[in-house]
Amino acid sequence: MKDQHFTYLLRLADSPLILAQRLSDWCGHAPVLEEDLALSNIALDLIGQARLLLTHAGRVESRDRDEDQLAFLRVENEYRNLTLVELPNGDFGQTVMRNFLFSAYQVEMWKRLQTSTDTELAAIAAKSIKESTYHLGHAADWVVRLGDGTDESHQRMQAALDRLWPYTTELFDTDETDRAAASNGIGVDPSTLKPGWQNTVSQIIDEATLTQPPETSFVSSGKSGHHSEHMGHLLSELQYMQRTYPGSQW
Amino acid sequence: MVTTPLTEEQVWSVLRKVPDPEIPDISITELGIVREIRTGHDTVTVVVTPTYSGCPATEVIASSICDALEAAGAGSVQIETRLSPPWTSDWLAPEAPEKLREYGIAPPGARTVSHAVRFVPPVPECPRCGEKKTTRVSEFGATACKAFYRCPSCLEPFEYFKPF
Repeated sequence: MKDQHFTYLLRLADSPLILAQRLSDWCGHAPVLEEDLALSNIALDLIGQARLLLTHAGRVESRDRDEDQLAFLRVENEYRNLTLVELPNGDFGQTVMRNFLFSAYQVEMWKRLQTSTDTELAAIAAKSIKESTYHLGHAADWVVRLGDGTDESHQRMQAALDRLWPYTTELFDTDETDRAAASNGIGVDPSTLKPGWQNTVSQIIDEATLTQPPETSFVSSGKSGHHSEHMGHLLSELQYMQRTYPGSQW
Repeated sequence: MVTTPLTEEQVWSVLRKVPDPEIPDISITELGIVREIRTGHDTVTVVVTPTYSGCPATEVIASSICDALEAAGAGSVQIETRLSPPWTSDWLAPEAPEKLREYGIAPPGARTVSHAVRFVPPVPECPRCGEKKTTRVSEFGATACKAFYRCPSCLEPFEYFKPF
């Protein structure tokens, strides 16, 4: 029971943590200064969400692990993020397409988690929904602007959607941990988030003149700890300081 | 050193002088993040609601609060973070908008509930010349709480404190 609560919180925490790590790669490299600031600001919000969730997860676990230990000192298969967020950034189009798909998902999830029986989680959700809604607006604007842009930008955005789409199945995949969290009111059954998400996604994809790819039978499994080949490389950077100088602090 | 416990009102008046590290023209109380003060025998507890989850100023603010209160004679100072209800720009003090404007930042307008997925950007007045038709450059400014705008009249760029 406690283990499942802890794992459920880790899943919520790890996706923003890992996406923030990816987005921070853009700092100093974005196509224009304003987007450099935007992506860095979004990464900061996501790290903030991850910190609150990891701190809470550590308390639920009651093994004296704080946010830093959980963020930096787990091994790969203990991370519970969605595979979608660990994929390499690709070009700017792929980066904003992923932000779009993910923030649309987060918005649906925070909406529901605001009434979680876990009052700390409900408070984090009420705070985070405002941020994620803003991230969604930013990403959706770019998806439309580039999708319905030049031939080149349209083609790249369609390629981004085609590349990322198979990884969205995992967002709504439900297992024992999710079912336990949903049944005791702590969490939500992810499959029930699909209609709201699909509605947002369809609306923006249409406006962007893009085509939704067909469903595939592939289901990624990051949330169960089985990651893609990209995760190890990402963690080697994320964990470098704490592994090299254990316990170091700012 | 023997200290007399600070009263709640004394604590408030100390905190009214602690500047926001990003926008030093307004204080942390004017920002609306100090939600409650509890004074005990020799401890002061300050309850703070952070603005944005990822705001890097949060930790600086906590240490400025401790420093200011200790300098004013408080014994031990505890900072308690309260997430719920979440911070909103509606909590800015009545005098904050004018101070922001003087500092070159357009103050937040009223929050509107929008069900649009994409941005419906507000059009703030230029804080320098008062021009009403300004242009948004980016939804994100130098900090999470601000967006970036340009004035077509005085040609100055400016930041807009987002309604949130």
